Amino acid sequence: MLFVAGWSLATYGGYVSPIFLASPTRMIEEGWLLLTRFGFMHDIGMTIWRVVGGFVLAAIVAVPLGIAMGAWKTVEAFFEPFVSFARYLPASAFIPLLILWAGIGEAQKLLVIFIGSVFQIILMVAVTVGQTRRDLVEAAYTLGSSDASVVWRVLLPASAPQIAETLRLVLGWAWTYVIVAELIGSSSGIGHMIVDSQALLNTGQIIFGIIVIGLIGLVSDFLFKAANRRLFPWSLA
Amino acid sequence: MSTAAVNIAGVERIFPAQAGGSPVTALTPIDIHVKENDFVTILGPSGCGKSTLLRIVAGLDEPTNGLVEIRGDVVVGPGADRGMVFQSYTLFPWLTVERNIEFGLREKGMPAGERRDIVRDYIAKIGLTGFENHYPKQLSGGMQQRVAIARALANDPAILLLDEPFGALDHQTRGLMQELLLNIWEADRKTVLFVTHDIEEAIFLGSRCLVMSARPGRIKADISIPLPHPRHYRMKAEPGFLDLKVRLTDEIREEAMKVA
Repeated sequence: MLFVAGWSLATYGGYVSPIFLASPTRMIEEGWLLLTRFGFMHDIGMTIWRVVGGFVLAAIVAVPLGIAMGAWKTVEAFFEPFVSFARYLPASAFIPLLILWAGIGEAQKLLVIFIGSVFQIILMVAVTVGQTRRDLVEAAYTLGSSDASVVWRVLLPASAPQIAETLRLVLGWAWTYVIVAELIGSSSGIGHMIVDSQALLNTGQIIFGIIVIGLIGLVSDFLFKAANRRLFPWSLA
Repeated sequence: MSTAAVNIAGVERIFPAQAGGSPVTALTPIDIHVKENDFVTILGPSGCGKSTLLRIVAGLDEPTNGLVEIRGDVVVGPGADRGMVFQSYTLFPWLTVERNIEFGLREKGMPAGERRDIVRDYIAKIGLTGFENHYPKQLSGGMQQRVAIARALANDPAILLLDEPFGALDHQTRGLMQELLLNIWEADRKTVLFVTHDIEEAIFLGSRCLVMSARPGRIKADISIPLPHPRHYRMKAEPGFLDLKVRLTDEIREEAMKVA
């Protein structure tokens, strides 16, 4: 509320030139125009598709690998040095390279998200699984579990809520990667619209785009939390 | 000599030196034979290596020298023939009471119908009928340990190992738990190794009590407890019980003084 009040004061009061910062009503008008006349829904759809696509691919690769690393020291020793290094590579710095490799099509966008997410998920899942309570694992062994069944019946369920939490966090980061990817070399998506609007000095549209991103992030976060509550009722305090 | 339920032969455990320190001898060579259907309590001051000994029998730790045999088979790792109840609460928090108890039965691939009968039977034995679908954190500490005992027994192990299972419970609850465990044991007389530092508990539950010395641990005394079954909690105030208590208190006090 305070944020909107400050914004209104600055714009309606004439303290800031409309060229640099559109007023809230102007922003809503521009937003309506975007949605009804310029096919902004399509842009939003493209962006969501890219985030979800790249993120799901990353999760499919990273979660099993992270679990294997957390469960077996040898697997961890093999992958850990590379993954730890790769984690610090900024995904956005790969964009020029990925454009050379994959062009400016969808594959490039998905790859940016994938690179930005996959190493984070691997490491966080590996740490989670590695921290599974030792006494629960021992209890399972005394009940006749084999190594494989300890992974399936103890490590996996014990880590599941924390893994879901990791995915929720990384999905949030994936949103920043997708916008960066769309700012450079793209013909659709929310990021692309923002760049176009910048060329036209239409700050109302830019702000509307940013707010839409925030809202989508909020909704996905909410959905994730609700799903976690349903899936893991035992882990709640 | 006939095959013992548990044969501990020359078991010694030396923990390798930590950075800068010297190796720690937790157990000096120990020999114990446990007969089938015996309830053996292992009593010792804290840090005497009694839990280490139990973990070696369970296969969760390896002896530096010596070996453990269960019904003639040498222990090489943990297995379903030795059920274990830990001092910490080790129920699987993502499984309900029912699912926890049937964990080992599923591991064996037992059909659902048979599992259900066994689980229902044990839930009744531990007095938790109505709590089948509760999660562990919805239960009190005493209830959780009852489920842990049921989980270990449902697997029908050759021997039940208990590592201070009631150590974290308050005095009253602990007394009730002892009676419950004794009732279960009196009904099916499964071989039990029970580690504790509580003298009264060691006498009340056991048919034989082994007293361990302070570190490095060794068996200092092997005392038979000839009190008749079924035992009643009032027995704790009777002369026979008190005589044993005095004797064990002397034994254990001597050891506790060494480390205090």
